Amino acid sequence: MNGFRVARYIRSGVGTFLSGLCAGAAALVLLLILGYVAIKGIHAINLPFLTQLPVPVGESGGGVANGIVGSFITVGIATLIATPIGILTGILVALFGRGLIAEGIRFLSDVLSGIPSIAIGLFAYTLFVEPFRHFSALSASFAFALLMLPLIIRTSEEAIRSVPQVVREGALALGMSVYRSTMYVVLPAARPAIVTGLLLGIARITGETAPLLFTAFGSQFWELNPSNPMAELSLQIFTYAIGPYQSWHEQAWAGALLLIFAVFVLNVVARLVLRPGGAR
Amino acid sequence: MESSVARRSAARALRTDRLFLGVVYGSGALFVILVALLFLELLRGSWESIVKFGPAFLWTSQWNPVTEQFGALPLIFGTVVSSLIAIVLAGVVGIFAAAYLSEFAPSWLARPLSFVIELLAAVPSVVYGLWGLFVLAPFIRTTLGPLLQHTLGFLPIFSGPIYGVGLLTAGIILAFMILPTVTAISRDVIIAIPKELREASMSLGATKWETVRRVVLPAARAGIFGALVLALGRAMGETIATTMVIGNRPEIAVSLFAPSYTLSSVIANEFTEATSPLYTSALFELGFLLLLVSAVVNGLARIMMWTVFRQRSSA
Repeated sequence: MNGFRVARYIRSGVGTFLSGLCAGAAALVLLLILGYVAIKGIHAINLPFLTQLPVPVGESGGGVANGIVGSFITVGIATLIATPIGILTGILVALFGRGLIAEGIRFLSDVLSGIPSIAIGLFAYTLFVEPFRHFSALSASFAFALLMLPLIIRTSEEAIRSVPQVVREGALALGMSVYRSTMYVVLPAARPAIVTGLLLGIARITGETAPLLFTAFGSQFWELNPSNPMAELSLQIFTYAIGPYQSWHEQAWAGALLLIFAVFVLNVVARLVLRPGGAR
Repeated sequence: MESSVARRSAARALRTDRLFLGVVYGSGALFVILVALLFLELLRGSWESIVKFGPAFLWTSQWNPVTEQFGALPLIFGTVVSSLIAIVLAGVVGIFAAAYLSEFAPSWLARPLSFVIELLAAVPSVVYGLWGLFVLAPFIRTTLGPLLQHTLGFLPIFSGPIYGVGLLTAGIILAFMILPTVTAISRDVIIAIPKELREASMSLGATKWETVRRVVLPAARAGIFGALVLALGRAMGETIATTMVIGNRPEIAVSLFAPSYTLSSVIANEFTEATSPLYTSALFELGFLLLLVSAVVNGLARIMMWTVFRQRSSA
C-alpha cells in the first residue's frame, strides 16, 4: 500500500518534470534561434549595410537602406488604412452592434485572422496590381492592412468593452451626445489597450514576406513613391537567403537581426510597458 | 431664447450622432465587404482553371507548367504531410508545456516562460526560413537524418537519400512556428477550467499529476482540440519558411527526407513567373483552395472554443 503510494508520487514528480521539460524546450527554441541570428547577424551589420543601396552581384559591400525605408513606408501606410477602420469597427462591435451584427463581425474577423497571408496577397494583386498593370507598395500596404485589421478590431473591442458601462452611461446622462461620450470619454479610457493592439498589429506585419512577392515586388533602387514597386527588408532577406552567394547570406543574417530586433521591441513595448500585468 | 439655443445645439448633437453612427456602421460594412470580396476575387481569378480542369484538379498528380497540365495532388500532399508532422510535434510539446505553465510552474517562473514562448510567435516567418535553411537543414543532413535512418531505417518513411531540405525539415520548422499558438491557447483553456474540479480530485487523494492527466486535461479537451485545429490551419497556410526549407519539388514520395512542395510555396515561387493566363489561373485556384480550407478550419476551431469558454462562463 505504502509502496503504491510512493510510486504514484514518483510518477507525479516525473510527470511534472517532463511537462516542465516541454515548456523549457519551447523556450529554448526561441533562445536557439535568437542566439544564432544575433551571432551571425552582428558580424555583418555595419554602417554601410544600414545606409547604402544593394550593389550588383560580385561587388562587395552594399546595404539594404532602400529596404528599410520601403518597409517603413509600406507598414506606415498600412497602419494609416487599418487603424481608423479597425477602431471604428471595434466601437461598432463593442457598443452598438447587437446580436447578429456583433457576432457576425467578430466571427468574420476571427476567420480573417487565420487566412494565409499569401491568399490575402493574391487578393491585393487582383485589386491593385492587375488593373494598373504594375506592382506597387500601395498594394502591399492594402494586403498588410487586411492582415492587421482582425487584431485591431479585437483589441479595440476588448478595450472598449472593459471601460465600465457606468462611465458611458454617466456621460450620456449628463447630456453628452453619443459621439462625444464615445470619442471623449470611452475611447480615452480604452486608449492604452488600443495602442497595445496597434503595436502588436504593426509587429505582425513588419516581418511579413509572402504577400510582398507579387505586390511590392522589390526594387534595387531608392523608391519613395508608393505607387511604384518598392524594396522591402523582409523580401531582401528572402532573396538573399535563397541566393547562391556567400555575401548575400551574410546580408540575410544581418537583415534578419534587424527585423527581429524591430519586431521584439514592438512586442516588448506593447506587452510590458503599455499593459502592466504583462502578456495575455 | 435660451430654450431655442438649447434646442438648436440638441439638434446639432443629433446630427453629429447620426453622422457618427453612420461612419461606425459604414466601417463595419466596409470590413464585411472586404472579406466577401476576398473570396469573390480569388474565385474570379481561379475561374479559368476551374472550368478547364474541373474537380479533377484536386486529384491529378501532375504539375507541369510546360505542358500546361495542372493538378494539385502533390501540393496538397506536401501541405498536409508537413502540417501533420508539425501538429504532432507541436501538439505533444505544446500541451505539456501548457499544463506546466498553468498547473505546475510557480508564478515567478510561469510568467516569464509564457512570455518567452509567446515571443516565438513574433519571430518573422522569413527568419524561421533562414534559420531552417542554414542551421536545421544541415543538422538533419549530417546528424539527425543519418541517426533516424540508422535506427529506424527499416521504416519506408525514413528511407532514401537525405538532402537536408524536405518534408521533415519543413515539418519541424512549422512545429516551431505553431508551438506558441498551441501552448498559449491550451494554457488559457486549462486556466478556464473551474478550480472546484481540481480541489475535488485532490481531496479524493489524487496526486497533482493524476489530477492534471485525469481531470483537468479531459475537461479541457474540446478547447485544446480547437487550439490544435487552429494551429493546423496556420501551418497549412504558412508560406515563406516552408518555401525555403521544403525543397520545392512537386512529387509524392514516401520518405520524409524527400523534397516536396506545398500549395502556398508554389504560389510564392511561380506566381510572378507564370507566363500564360491558364497558369496564373491555376495558381489562383491553389490560393482559393487554401483560402477555403483555412476559413473552414478556422471557423470550426473558433466555434469549438467559443462553446468551451461559454460553458465555463455560464457554469
